[in-house]
Amino acid sequence: MNFDISEDAKAVANTARDFLRENSPLTAIRRVFDKEIQYDAELWKSMAELGWLGAGIPKEFGGIEMGAEVLCVLAEEIGRVLAPVPFSTSVSLATSAICAHGSETQKSDLLPKLAAGEVIGTLALAEGVGDPSQDRIEARVENGRLNGKKYPMTDGSIADFAVIVARDEAGNISLYFCDLNTSGITSTEIETVDPSRNTVSLSFDNVEVEPLSEAWQGWPSVQNLLDQAAIILAFEQLGGAQTCLEMARDYALERYAFGRPIGSFQAVKHKLANVYIACELARSNAYFGAWALDENPAELSQAAATAHLSASKAFQLAARENIQTHGGMGITWEANCQMYFRRAKSLGLEIGGPLYWQEQLMSQLEQQAFAG
Amino acid sequence: MDFNDTPEEAEFRAEVRAFLEQYGDKYRTRDSFSRKNAKEWQAIKADAGYAAITWPTKFGGRGGSDIQQVIYDQEERHYELVFNVFRVGLGMCIPTLFAYASEEQLARYVEPALRGEELWCQLFSEPAAGSDLAGIRTKAEQDGDEWVINGQKIWTSFADTADFGILLARSDFEAPKHAGMTFFFIDMKSPGIECRPIKQITGDSHFCEVFFDDLRVPDSQRLGDIGQGWKVALTTLMNERMAVSHAGGPDFEEIFTLARSLEVNGEPALKNAAVREKLVDWYVTCQGLKYTNFRLFTALSQGAQPGPEASIIKLVGAEKQQEIASYGMDLIGMGGNIMDPELAPMAAAFQDSFLFAPVSQVAGGTNEIMRNIIAERVLGLPADIRVDKDVPFKDLPTGPKK
Repeated sequence: MNFDISEDAKAVANTARDFLRENSPLTAIRRVFDKEIQYDAELWKSMAELGWLGAGIPKEFGGIEMGAEVLCVLAEEIGRVLAPVPFSTSVSLATSAICAHGSETQKSDLLPKLAAGEVIGTLALAEGVGDPSQDRIEARVENGRLNGKKYPMTDGSIADFAVIVARDEAGNISLYFCDLNTSGITSTEIETVDPSRNTVSLSFDNVEVEPLSEAWQGWPSVQNLLDQAAIILAFEQLGGAQTCLEMARDYALERYAFGRPIGSFQAVKHKLANVYIACELARSNAYFGAWALDENPAELSQAAATAHLSASKAFQLAARENIQTHGGMGITWEANCQMYFRRAKSLGLEIGGPLYWQEQLMSQLEQQAFAG
Repeated sequence: MDFNDTPEEAEFRAEVRAFLEQYGDKYRTRDSFSRKNAKEWQAIKADAGYAAITWPTKFGGRGGSDIQQVIYDQEERHYELVFNVFRVGLGMCIPTLFAYASEEQLARYVEPALRGEELWCQLFSEPAAGSDLAGIRTKAEQDGDEWVINGQKIWTSFADTADFGILLARSDFEAPKHAGMTFFFIDMKSPGIECRPIKQITGDSHFCEVFFDDLRVPDSQRLGDIGQGWKVALTTLMNERMAVSHAGGPDFEEIFTLARSLEVNGEPALKNAAVREKLVDWYVTCQGLKYTNFRLFTALSQGAQPGPEASIIKLVGAEKQQEIASYGMDLIGMGGNIMDPELAPMAAAFQDSFLFAPVSQVAGGTNEIMRNIIAERVLGLPADIRVDKDVPFKDLPTGPKK
């Protein structure tokens, strides 16, 4: 048995870790917090040059086609340092959607630019509160024109285009490409729990869009896009969780109280042991997800929900206990704990909250049981 | 990633299966504590070279790898041919002898143990020394070329039927705690030993109390130097392979099957939102555990030693066993406390597991000790500040001040 990330992917991860440590200090994300920048454009360009943005794109469309495992480990490294770049939106969601449902022309036009970091894409699914559901989609396309409102949209004002889930004339769930510079779009910034990600609400008033209809099967295709993204996201969450654990461990060694390091108290040790356990279980589930993503579409859906739920739990626990271990410092604006705490919650909701994924998983398990 | 064995592993697994296949019908048992046929089966294993796969060939082992042992254990469990009765002897006692016994002693004791002709037990824990093993008070006094042992051990598996035992005792009460111990092996049939089975919470008796009343042990049966007992004990404990430990009891599949068969508030339990949330939660944990095992298996397959990371398997497995068992009973509702296997769903598996689960959380390292191991040896957090380090053992407090 070899249930491990491949040597190739590990090598990419190591390079990425070194590169990001050098080039993406947490001071960069502070600039997004303070609204100086919306994302780190410089870093995004370098990531394109390193081939990361095209890791999932076929060679014929300008990518380097390294397989899903590489996307996963890159996401983990990005998650570790909270790199302020639109990876989860542009790479995991928009690029995957174009690869899966774009026509040859759309792919030839968009994928090379996505790989080169010349354009950024995002997914427009949510319409206000509530989890992913086809009943909630009201945005509508008639005669090639989109009307409706989409929010919250992560990376919405950074993105050049959006992949939009909307109804067609007949009311069927469909997918569209929309250039976000087209007239008729009103963009309003939304304040969220995680100000390190630019988030907007977009109103569409008769906006020209084009269908992405290759191999499209309606709502199940939306779910499939979310499943794929959930696995990559699980790795990003895992990276964040791992950093929280390391921050807490380091602080517990260096902070003295009652004449000894606080890490020598069992109340602290056991808490951090629990975080370690949650991280390891999440890592194991994420690895299975990576395998399913690359090699087993039949198990993808179940693996995705499991990986994402496991990673959401680990990251949120790790982020919370990191603050708790840091005590008074942990609750300041100045300490970096808050950024992970915010991100942990935010990533757990971005493509559907835990109740959505639990239900996805449970219905899969039921189907399996009743079929067998 | 590749879920398959390497070609060498696959070949070994096929050999093991072919071997077990021949004996499955004759020796199969669902009770790994059963001793019926155990000796006979052990001799067959020894003849075939499966009794101690990682031991050197000169001691009757196969000179094999850890991964081969794991493969063998997996298959043996699958064929329900697991007998725990030799586990302590072959896993802990004899490997300690390898490090400290004389050539003559090895020639005398190893083979009969390997073949199941002689049974060994481990006399470590005491009423006042469980997690804090170094707190043992059983006294060893030198008398010429003999030692006189007085005191009490507890939680000793198979002590009542064992032929020999390894014993940790205190030879110096003036020395600090860890410096005053000496290690022996003893003949369990000697005069001065009394074993009393302990009836456990489940009603079974898998452990004994052992009392020593002027037991005389020849000095030649001392392992390691006088006062070096703790060092020898650590060798024994290092041989405890936690990588394969497994709590057992109903798991996700069983609780799912149970929920499928029941109703809650007049509708199928599977339609109940609270039940669904619980089930999903356990599925995620059980999968996480399964793939963590795969990762450990991978590391072994690549030649790594099982490390403290494996504590996760024991800890999460034991806690999950307790929760699933308890919730299964909740699902059954008013009939949930029935233990009659004729009346209780799934032959009372949940009720059995409910009573056994506390054992899993204490035996082989409590949940608290497992968390300490993770915190100290994996995360590198400091050991607890000790008040018992540099003080003569006799001056250590043993209870509240009167």
